[in-house]
Amino acid sequence: MTLRDKTAIVGVGATPYYRRGQSVPQTPLELAGKATLAALADAGLDIRDVDGLALYSMGLGGDTSLFAQTLGIPEVRFTATLTGGGGGAAGSVGLAAAAIVSGMATCVVSLMTLQQAASRFGASYAPRGRPGAQYSAPPSPEANFVQPAGLMAPGQMFAVIARRHMFQYGTRREHFAEVAISTRANAARRDTALMRDPLTLDQYFAARMIADPLCLYDFCLECDGAVAVVTVAADRAADLRHPPVLVAASAHGGLGRWGQAITWMNMPDEYFASSGHRPVAERLYAMAGLGPRDVDVALLYDHFSPMVLLQLEDYGFCGIGESGPFVADGSIRWPGGSLPVNTHGGNLSEAYIIGMTHVKEAVEQLRGAAVNQVDGADVALVTGGPASLPTSSLLLRRP
Amino acid sequence: MTPVPDPPLRLPPPELIGLCPDAWTAPFWDAAADHRLVVPRCTVCAADRFPPGPFCWRCQAQTVDWVERAGRGTVYSYTVVWHPILPDLADAVPYAPAVVALDDADRVRVVGAMTDTSVAGLHVGLPVELVWRDVHDGVTVPTWRPA
Repeated sequence: MTLRDKTAIVGVGATPYYRRGQSVPQTPLELAGKATLAALADAGLDIRDVDGLALYSMGLGGDTSLFAQTLGIPEVRFTATLTGGGGGAAGSVGLAAAAIVSGMATCVVSLMTLQQAASRFGASYAPRGRPGAQYSAPPSPEANFVQPAGLMAPGQMFAVIARRHMFQYGTRREHFAEVAISTRANAARRDTALMRDPLTLDQYFAARMIADPLCLYDFCLECDGAVAVVTVAADRAADLRHPPVLVAASAHGGLGRWGQAITWMNMPDEYFASSGHRPVAERLYAMAGLGPRDVDVALLYDHFSPMVLLQLEDYGFCGIGESGPFVADGSIRWPGGSLPVNTHGGNLSEAYIIGMTHVKEAVEQLRGAAVNQVDGADVALVTGGPASLPTSSLLLRRP
Repeated sequence: MTPVPDPPLRLPPPELIGLCPDAWTAPFWDAAADHRLVVPRCTVCAADRFPPGPFCWRCQAQTVDWVERAGRGTVYSYTVVWHPILPDLADAVPYAPAVVALDDADRVRVVGAMTDTSVAGLHVGLPVELVWRDVHDGVTVPTWRPA
C-alpha cells in the first residue's frame, strides 16, 4: 500500500509576504491563523472541518495546543511534525497524506509561519557570543567541530558544497547566476513577489560577495509570512471548490551518512557535492510510477541558487555534474524552457516562507491558474531542502 | 566589476568561540589544548570516527583508541566569508573556513579557519598543515595553513 493518488490538496492560502520583521505587530499565531483560514476558504471548507495538523520546522508559529484552542478546532485527531528543518517543507504534505490514508484524520492542514523580528535565519548557526548577545545556536559538542572555524550561517555552509561542485564538475558562477536571473524574471510578473526588478548578469557579477562563491543574489530573502495547505482524501476532494490536485507521491529522509550534512561536513565523497535528495527522488518516482520526463514544472527549494543545480541532477533532469550546462541552455526558463523551475519566483525572489510557497505554486500550476502558467502542466515536483536529514519532496498531478 | 583585493585572511574572534565538550569529545579537546591532534579509531573494526561520538558508524561498537595524527591534509572545500553576519565579526572578515581531509585518517575531514595566507592563496586540493590556535584559557581550536 502506498499514498499514491489517495489524497489531494484542495486549498492553499497565504498572508502577504513581508520583509524580515515587517509583519509586526501581527503575532506568529495570527499569521498562522490567517493563512489557515485563507486556505480553508479556498477549499470551500471551514475550521470545523479540520482534524489534523502535519507540520515541519515549528511551522505553526506556536504549538498545536494553542493553535487549536485559539482557532476553535473542534477535535484534533492527528498532530505531528517531521523532524529536522526546512527540508521537511514538501514532506509535511506527505505527512498529511499519511495521516489521511491511515485513517487517523480526514482534513489536515500543513503550514509554515515565519517571523524574523527577534532573530534571523541568516545567522542561525551562530553561537551566542558575548553575554547578552542574541544569536541562535549555543555551542554544542557537535557544533564545536564547525563553529570555531567561523562557519555560522547556512549560506556559508552551502558555499562549501557549491565550491566542491565547481571543483568536481567545472560548474561556474554564471550557472548560479542563471538560476538567480531566471527566478527573478518569473518574480517580476507577480504582485506577491518582494523582488520584482529584473536582474542582469552584470548586476549579478557586480554584487557584493557574501560567502565566496555565493554573492548577494545567490541568497534567498529573509521574510515574514505564512502559507497553509489543506489535504483531504481524493474521493472527498471532488466535491470541493477547485479541481483537486492529487498527491501522486511523497518521500522524505536521506542516507544516514548524509546526516547533519552542512553542520558536520563529513558526508561521503560520493555525494558530498549533492543535494542529499538522491534516495528521496528514487523513492518518490517509484511511488508515483512517474519519472523526470513526466514532470512539467519543478518547484525546487532555492535557499541558495547552486542548490537548485544540485537538485536538477539528483532528480534526474540531467546527469550528475551536468546541471551547469543544462541551465545555461535555457532549460529552466519560463516560458520556453524544457523544465520551467520556480515559476513563482522562489525563495530567491518571491518570498522565503521555508518552501511552502513552492507547494502553493505547484497547486496553482495544476489548477491552470498560475500567474506564469506552464501550458498543459499535468505533473509538478516540489522539494524541501537540501538540509540536514530529512530532505523531502512531493509529486502532485492533475487527476 | 570592482577589482578583487587580495587581503590576508583573518580569524573569527575569540568572543564567538566556546566549547562544551561531552564525554566523547573531551579527549579531543584535551589533546588540542596540548597541541596534539587525536582522532578516535574503533577498537573493533578500525574505522576512524569523526567527530568523536559514542558509536562506530560502521560496526556500532563503542570503544575507541585515541590515535594521534600528524595534522596534515588537503583542502577538500572552503568558503571565503566577506560579509560579517554578526556585529562581532565586523573586524574579522575576510576569513576562510576550510574543510580539510586528513592525510593519515580514513575519510576524516577537520574543519578549521585558514591562516597565514591570503584569499588568492586558497584552492581546493591545497596541501595544508594544522596550526593550533589558543583562543582562551584551556580552549584551543584547529586552524590550517599552507604546508
